Amino acid sequence: MSKTVELPRWIDVGVLPFLNLLLALIVSGLLVVAIGENPVEVVEILLYGAFGYEEAWGYTLYYTTNFIFTGLAFAVAFHCGLFNIGAEGQAYVGGLGVTLAALYLDFLPFPIMLVVSMLAAMIFGAAWSYIPAYLQARRGSHVVITTIMFNFIASSLMVYLLVNVLRPEGSMTPESEQIAEHLRLPFIHDIAGALGIEMASSPLNLSFVYAIVISVMVWLFIWHTRWGYAIRTVGANAVAATYAGLEPGRFIIIAMMISGALSSFMALNEVMGVQHRLLIDFTAGYGFVGIAVALMGRNHPFGIFLAALLFGMLYQGGAELSFEIPTISNDMVVVIQGLVILFTGAMEHMFRPRVTKIYTAWRLRQDAGEAA
Amino acid sequence: MDTYQLIILLLDATLRTSTPLILAALAGMFSERSGTINLALEGMMLGGAFSAAAVAFYVGSPWVGLLAAIATTIGLSLLHGFACITHKGNQVVSGMAINILMSGLTALVGIALFAQGGKTPALDKASRFQPITFPGAEAFRDVPVLGPIYSELLSGHNILVYVAFIAVPAAWWVMYRTRFGLRLRAVGENPGAVDTAGIGVVAMRYRAVICSGVLVGMSGAYLSTAQGASFLQDMTAGKGYIALAAMVFGKWRPFPALAACLLFGFLDAAATRLQGVVLPGIGEVPVQLVQALPYVLTVILLAGFIGRAIPPKALGRAYVKER
Repeated sequence: MSKTVELPRWIDVGVLPFLNLLLALIVSGLLVVAIGENPVEVVEILLYGAFGYEEAWGYTLYYTTNFIFTGLAFAVAFHCGLFNIGAEGQAYVGGLGVTLAALYLDFLPFPIMLVVSMLAAMIFGAAWSYIPAYLQARRGSHVVITTIMFNFIASSLMVYLLVNVLRPEGSMTPESEQIAEHLRLPFIHDIAGALGIEMASSPLNLSFVYAIVISVMVWLFIWHTRWGYAIRTVGANAVAATYAGLEPGRFIIIAMMISGALSSFMALNEVMGVQHRLLIDFTAGYGFVGIAVALMGRNHPFGIFLAALLFGMLYQGGAELSFEIPTISNDMVVVIQGLVILFTGAMEHMFRPRVTKIYTAWRLRQDAGEAA
Repeated sequence: MDTYQLIILLLDATLRTSTPLILAALAGMFSERSGTINLALEGMMLGGAFSAAAVAFYVGSPWVGLLAAIATTIGLSLLHGFACITHKGNQVVSGMAINILMSGLTALVGIALFAQGGKTPALDKASRFQPITFPGAEAFRDVPVLGPIYSELLSGHNILVYVAFIAVPAAWWVMYRTRFGLRLRAVGENPGAVDTAGIGVVAMRYRAVICSGVLVGMSGAYLSTAQGASFLQDMTAGKGYIALAAMVFGKWRPFPALAACLLFGFLDAAATRLQGVVLPGIGEVPVQLVQALPYVLTVILLAGFIGRAIPPKALGRAYVKER
């Protein structure tokens, strides 16, 4: 009997991603063995480095903040059926917006700056994603290629601006001026200190709170608004969407601009929260990690939060690891990242036929048992 | 130095910078004409470059290094194929995964093997591809006009440069004049029809990604054992993506792709020489603008302002045999 039973949700969003993740981690473990280190020891150091002490938590959540933003960015575009590979460039340009606002509007009081810097990031990030979005929607050029190209264009543009325009006179390093102290996003340990709670200092700042709030907003937007519904419809079937009276091009542009705005929030964490100036390549690949985060989190904000936490842990724990075991550099984290994307993204269907078979057999036996 | 000499030198550099682009763009073309998106060129190039440099260092022969590079990239191509063709996974995601994976893995293995911060040890002369001097190149050097073209521009490159330029007509011949090429293009346009004709779509696509692997392996080996003398971390620096852009710019065809590679190679060569140069009337040339030009041009092309770039019809779609 070749009858198959549809997989229940808990297997689809729970068991299958878990199996894929497990495979990625097993392969990473084998690599560690191949290099001649003990994988159990590596996991111990990794976990200690990420969660073992108070400061480590702060660092882990600081990385998590970046990954939540870039993960959400990828997810919103993905719900519209688009691959936004351009989070890196969008966040980079978003950082330019934040820096310009903070440097040239430095007379603004802090509460207004909170809003203004957020708007500046969103406008710059969304504008940078508008062009590929427009070209996809109206001229049919593939968004994957154009966003890749736009990452490189952004990178050249920013190097030019940092070297020739934003660099303060007399300085040799290509970075912008420092942002005035009163405009910076407060660190969580400072906020806690003001409330009388003692916390170890870490780069974790107010933008982590933004990340949580925005996650909830994205969830509401995608599943509980008209536009969110339209975006998902266009993503599921653009032809059907047209028959339903929706114009796919319009929602492609909307989804991409929201995606660009979300990636640019990463710049708030980095520029306003931690670095306090615009640095070359401050995006450091966080945009690409967002792809892994979104795929692992099944493009759902809650899943994205968990996946972002996992990568935050890998980043912070990986830094600890490279101190403790010199043969294992930070590159191990990049490798794990690649493997996670490979197994949970590209090969996500690998286990599905087998799991379906096992589940079907189990269900049929149960049904037969009930019948008897 | 007179202007003519300068132009010759610039073109000479163009040949060197466009070689890896040509090989990788042809690699991308084989894969994409058969319907499999290949964003993994960057990562594969990096993997090839590392294997070539590491093996050439141990064995002392660039040829063995080249074979190792090709073996690595064929392996990566099969991995890409396994994800995209066999498991019908997302081709964009698989490509990005391989790029990220190789960026980390080459550094990780490099540190484990050589402990030089991700580099491979510098190769001596015997383990690199050496320039080939054409017969009579020295004698002709002083002949006006044609002399420099023969002895500077055409002579004195390593074998992989010549291979790349021969690979273009060869790829054209395979693609448009052989049964294999016809079938390859057919599975990229209409896999259903090919299947009806009794030819396995999956097998065809696998063969295409293997061809892709062979070519991109050579381009990786060129970077570390011909142009350079060791592997450096992330040494491809976006060349895989530029090759991809050149392939799109060349509308998925060998000769137009060659032209795009030469143009992008020329821009690269020019950017290096224009660093800090003040041109009369323009002022200092913004090098970043020249560097960004390949990407800008590709976007403009994709937008349909310079002709139309139409990808293979079945590109990006896994073939599902009807049941």
